[in-house]
Amino acid sequence: MRFRLMIQILVVVCLFAFVSSKAWSELVIKVTQGNDTPSIIAIPPMVLKGGQLSEDVSAIIEADLERSGFFKVIDRNNMLAFPSADDDVYFRDWRLLGSEYLVVGNVTEIQRSKFELSFSLINVNSQKILFRHGVRGAKDQLRDLAHLASDKIYQEITGIRGAFSTRLAYVTADVENEKLVYRLNVSDSDGAREKLMLASSEPIMSPSWSPKGDELAYVSFETGRPAIFRQNLISAKRIQLTNFRGLNGAPAWSPDGEKLAMVLSKDGNPEIYVLNLVTNRLVRLTRHFAIDTEPTWTPDGENLLFTSDRGGTPQIYKLNVVTRSVERITFQGNYNARPSLAPDGRTLVVVHRETDIFHIAALDLETDRMLELTETRLDESPTIAPNGAMLIYATKQNDRGVLSAVSLDAGIKYFLPAKSGDVREPAWSPFLR
Amino acid sequence: MKNSPTTLTMATICLALLINGCAETPIDESTSSIENTSIQTATVETADETASQMVEEQEEEVIEQPTNTAATVFYFEFDKAILSSDTRASLIEHAQFMKSYPSNIRLEGHADERGTREYNMALGERRANSVKEFMVLQGVPSSMIEVISYGEERAASFGSNSAAWSMNRRVELK
Repeated sequence: MRFRLMIQILVVVCLFAFVSSKAWSELVIKVTQGNDTPSIIAIPPMVLKGGQLSEDVSAIIEADLERSGFFKVIDRNNMLAFPSADDDVYFRDWRLLGSEYLVVGNVTEIQRSKFELSFSLINVNSQKILFRHGVRGAKDQLRDLAHLASDKIYQEITGIRGAFSTRLAYVTADVENEKLVYRLNVSDSDGAREKLMLASSEPIMSPSWSPKGDELAYVSFETGRPAIFRQNLISAKRIQLTNFRGLNGAPAWSPDGEKLAMVLSKDGNPEIYVLNLVTNRLVRLTRHFAIDTEPTWTPDGENLLFTSDRGGTPQIYKLNVVTRSVERITFQGNYNARPSLAPDGRTLVVVHRETDIFHIAALDLETDRMLELTETRLDESPTIAPNGAMLIYATKQNDRGVLSAVSLDAGIKYFLPAKSGDVREPAWSPFLR
Repeated sequence: MKNSPTTLTMATICLALLINGCAETPIDESTSSIENTSIQTATVETADETASQMVEEQEEEVIEQPTNTAATVFYFEFDKAILSSDTRASLIEHAQFMKSYPSNIRLEGHADERGTREYNMALGERRANSVKEFMVLQGVPSSMIEVISYGEERAASFGSNSAAWSMNRRVELK
């Protein structure tokens, strides 16, 4: 039993060290709408025994939990004490503040270059320790340790796997010397530790994560025409996968990581193709004079959902990869495009237009109920977190492209505005392991 | 890590047992270690030299040839690739000119920012192709026409209003 527990809790993630002088990313998060009945949690500062830390670990965890919308954090200025171990907790202090949960922890130096963050989650009312946990990493991985702690706390209280230890890829476009510069960036899920993947004077589009989270496929116009590339995050090694006449777009990695769905118009007009990355074999799956684009895989890898205007307006269709049979999925609204399926396989997220304004909407495939999730304008490029709790999308604010987030029930909303330039095409990584 | 309901339940039961049964002993001494890997940046090898050569060649050609004064930007309705009568008139002029003075052209298709980026890439290509097809009908060899779509990636007019959008739904002849 103990062994099973260890396995259950052992979080093996592939995280990335931060080697840059840029201490804060250009994305700053503002929560605009949260859950109606959030859990109240107190996270007193976690300090290094006999030393100083380069990051405020508790503040990172607080921001993670608050961003999820399920939590309200007690301001540390109102705390009566800063316990760092569960023996030091006076429950009366925390009951007075109305705290339901309390996280106490500290950091110890276990080797010259290694830290361990040990923390406990305590139920204040029952005065019970729900768990004690430790996460270890290099000294420059404090943010990773904090996000792992957030994942663990979030999962314990909500029952949903935490997705704070994930990443975001996105494209920025900035005017420099009167010319646009396109950049493909990767940051932590909270926008911190932005890292440049690729910069180009020609457009970069449609980043798509490999299922392991170690590679990105994307479209780059650097050759003067669109071409699909794949690039490893760690080695920066990149391979040009396509160089066909016409469109080379919308790459989408299959769940098994062996295939890449894409759009090519080499035979005259945009069609869905699948490139086998192992055998290099290319198979054409659609045959229609209309636009067929934006393929995305169902979790079982047996179907592709895609956008087509074969019915007169852009709508979502489902294509069986084996039988090639095509079935229309969306009927409500005059524009439904860029499908993505939530991990539950039941909620289909689309860019939706009822009559005039483009919003992100979620279609329940079992009840056929369409729910508009956003109230902003010109919303596009929705990307769902691997735990299915939130999605991030691109929208416009004061004529500038910004990223925004909303939960799949529309209850929680936050902005990730950039300090400068135009941010677009977010892609949320899978769980990293 | 797979969270099957069984292992989750077992873990919860196990946790409950541990919490209730042995409060004195450490509850969960599990630790996890994280790997140390860093993201690297790739560099784009630009074809600057080729680009400047191409510009020079074009300039030389311009000196040799008489100029063509027909419009080179053609506009479209939202989500449409139908050529207006003005566009058709200009394209007939271009076709006549190209038959007298053969030179390769490039048609760049664009869309406004509304709708999704990849759909707009396809829409930009559809617009450029409808210009190409019309020119081929006028007798221009299709081998002389290259088509590329930039979708909504290269706006001619910035701003999110109908004036800017109408300027961006276009095909540019180059």
